[in-house]
Amino acid sequence: MTEQYQRLKQQFIAKKAWQDKYREIMLLGKQLPKLPAELKVDHAKVNGCESNVWLYVDFDESEKHIVVTADSDTRIVKGLIYIISTLVNGLTVDEIKRINIQTEFNELGLLQHLSPSRGNGILAIADAITQFAIQTDD
Amino acid sequence: MLDNQKIRSQFPFFKHTESVYLDNGATTQKPQNVIDAITEFYTCHNANVHRGVSEFASNTTALYEQARTKLAQFCQVDAEQIVWTKGATEAINLVASSIDAHIEKDDVIIISSLEHHANIVPWQTLCKRTGATLHILPIDANGVLNLDVSLAMINTLKPKLMAISHASNTLGNILPIQSLLDAAHAINAITLVDGAQAMQHLRPNIRALNCDFYVLSAHKMFGPTGVGALIAKPHSLSLLSTYQTGGEMIERVSFNESSFRQGNARFEAGTPNIAGVIGFSAALDFMGSSEMATQLAVEKALYQYTLNALKQIDGIKIYGDLNNNIGTISFNYKDEHNLDVATLLDQAGIIVRSGNHCTQPLINLLGVAGTIRVSLSCYNNVDDIDRFIVALKQAIELLD
Repeated sequence: MTEQYQRLKQQFIAKKAWQDKYREIMLLGKQLPKLPAELKVDHAKVNGCESNVWLYVDFDESEKHIVVTADSDTRIVKGLIYIISTLVNGLTVDEIKRINIQTEFNELGLLQHLSPSRGNGILAIADAITQFAIQTDD
Repeated sequence: MLDNQKIRSQFPFFKHTESVYLDNGATTQKPQNVIDAITEFYTCHNANVHRGVSEFASNTTALYEQARTKLAQFCQVDAEQIVWTKGATEAINLVASSIDAHIEKDDVIIISSLEHHANIVPWQTLCKRTGATLHILPIDANGVLNLDVSLAMINTLKPKLMAISHASNTLGNILPIQSLLDAAHAINAITLVDGAQAMQHLRPNIRALNCDFYVLSAHKMFGPTGVGALIAKPHSLSLLSTYQTGGEMIERVSFNESSFRQGNARFEAGTPNIAGVIGFSAALDFMGSSEMATQLAVEKALYQYTLNALKQIDGIKIYGDLNNNIGTISFNYKDEHNLDVATLLDQAGIIVRSGNHCTQPLINLLGVAGTIRVSLSCYNNVDDIDRFIVALKQAIELLD
């Protein structure tokens, strides 16, 4: 896990009230780099979202780590994407396989966003990253 | 404001949660007598219907058929007009997939812009099979059906079939269905009304409506999930080919040929959802109870209370026909995404629906990503609405 994520997690866990957590999520969402319009295409959309989520999972050959790029039209989902990308970006495939995104979201008090509902697509993003890691290893 | 504590106290759900339940368009909570009826059936009476000579079997059959009679009385039709299905969706699919013989290439089928996916896709599929064309009755910018244009469309296009909802699940609008049905009948169109949302609030006299088919879902009427009904005129049922075969609907079978029962029995193949139907029967008792007599007035007052409170918040945009409504309010706050607002409401324990509400074409016509939907029922009270408004203001504060 990157130091950046560890810091984010400490700050986040310190916020006890859900209002403070969500204020933080939306602030983090503002830091998420905007996806260029030409990348917001249908084939990059995550299925089953009430909001639009565009997702790209790539492998940086020279650095040997995974790069997640994603965007959404909702502020909370943007924030959650920022948290996930801070968690996984810069890690090797092996490191990613050792991470349990569900456990992390549970510890952040955000597990409901990884429930199998059609609402926000965070589960689909987590699944896509895990699948990518498994396939890249093969 | 009228007191509905007596009704609310019959719903154990509210003793087990602090949450405010405002998602009644999706499904209603269940009163104790419905839960008891289902438990009692499985505990004391469980047997199959329409077979077996045991006392159990005949008691169960009697309970099951009593439910049919009760629903018939509730809707002012005859028991033989009721086909049990697993819901309104199955009832629409039953009609749409069994009426090919009466739909020809170049025929027109009409639906409205306000339809739920379940009253769009089955007709789209029928059109693909038969070569018929689907036409859509238009709405204005707020989502209100344009009646003049709709009537003109019916008169000029002369549809073979018209399928419309009684009330919009997304906006709560009550559609002017009697005018539409009269126009459709004047040109001999086959008509279907999707009453999934209306039944809980409007209790229509289906005989008076005079449509060929009316569909409903028990779970939106305080009954269990997995039960619904197709209510049809006897002649209308005869327009449909056999939908599913086997069990129950059989008259005689040999390895060479089989014959089927007539009327509603022809559409009830297999062991039905017996406990569900018996639970629905109890829900109809609840709906007919004396406390419920004032329910509509309570709901109307609460609807106005909610509308007024929402209108006082700057930046709230409400869609639909606000005067002619079953108590369902669809809104957005400024340009904020409905999912952001709904997520913050959920955190505050307010259960609403957000998104496209299974009406993607309608949401596209309104030009939004979705809406937040508050749908009321008989057990909601002023406290629910006050808590919702406080939570909404808090959400807005976080978003601004």
